[in-house]
Amino acid sequence: MKRFKSRRRGGAYAVFDQAEARLVAGLAAQVAELLGEGTADVERAGQDPLEAMLDIDGPVNVPDDPVLQRLLPAGYRDDDEAAGEFRRFTERGLREGKIANARLLLASLRAGGMAEVSEAADAETVDQVEVDLDAAGVQAWLRTLTDIRLALATRLGIDDDEHHWDHDPDDPAAVMHDVYDWLGFVQETLVQAIDR
Amino acid sequence: MAGREAVGARPSGGPALTTGPAPTTPLRHNAGVTAPSPVELDEPESESEPNEHTALDNPWVTLVWNDPVNLMSYVSYVFRAYFGHSKDKADRLMLQVHQEGRAVVSTGGREEMERDVEAMHGYGLWATCQKADA
Repeated sequence: MKRFKSRRRGGAYAVFDQAEARLVAGLAAQVAELLGEGTADVERAGQDPLEAMLDIDGPVNVPDDPVLQRLLPAGYRDDDEAAGEFRRFTERGLREGKIANARLLLASLRAGGMAEVSEAADAETVDQVEVDLDAAGVQAWLRTLTDIRLALATRLGIDDDEHHWDHDPDDPAAVMHDVYDWLGFVQETLVQAIDR
Repeated sequence: MAGREAVGARPSGGPALTTGPAPTTPLRHNAGVTAPSPVELDEPESESEPNEHTALDNPWVTLVWNDPVNLMSYVSYVFRAYFGHSKDKADRLMLQVHQEGRAVVSTGGREEMERDVEAMHGYGLWATCQKADA
């Protein structure tokens, strides 16, 4: 993958290898799946019928998964009650927005010629995936790349600015670290492409 | 509020992440919150530098916290796209977050600050709101 290049009206364009496209797609799908888990329970569990109709209520408690804690952080630092109320009214919308962003990213990869895994060995499959984004697509990519990187960083234990990675190829996390760094490059070029 | 309309438009069809009063706002206020309600004064029309307002006019602030993941270029972009800041001001705030661990990125009424926090979370930035004098 080379750098994203700018398009008119806030769009951007880049070409990915099939393997790169499927890597991004797989990670975006995982993040979306993680964000989608538990939301159905939230809708049903003991919800007031009127609130269900108005569709305003959500969870009050912090999620258990550290990745979700980072993707859906507290809105108040030293006030658990206010943080709970804030979460109750914002978390579902935040989850849904992030899932919608991930889906838009996936759609842009498919539109660009990304093959599904079952088609990968097919000789008809194009080598390159052309990702052509309008302004909304750029937003979806910027935010989903952020969410993926936040998720990977949480799993990798990257928790301060001084975090340095000793490249030990025998470490199973080395590949994930490389992916994390590469996604940072992709995002950096996308920011630069739209930064006028 | 002027300059607050999202340059970073949300994906079509997706729920609002960045702009506008959330539909829940009228219902949110005071719901189960035991802290004393902030006195919500009418805002002056002009959107200016946050520190030109006094703490009395704007008793709440939005803080963005440093994290090791978000790119400096992206954080600066978010401050420009969402708050309508100039590049200089966005870079200054971004560096303040990076070097001091946090920065006040907006000042105003409580509901407004909660909308800003919600929008920052939509961008993947870690933000919280609190009383200005807290």
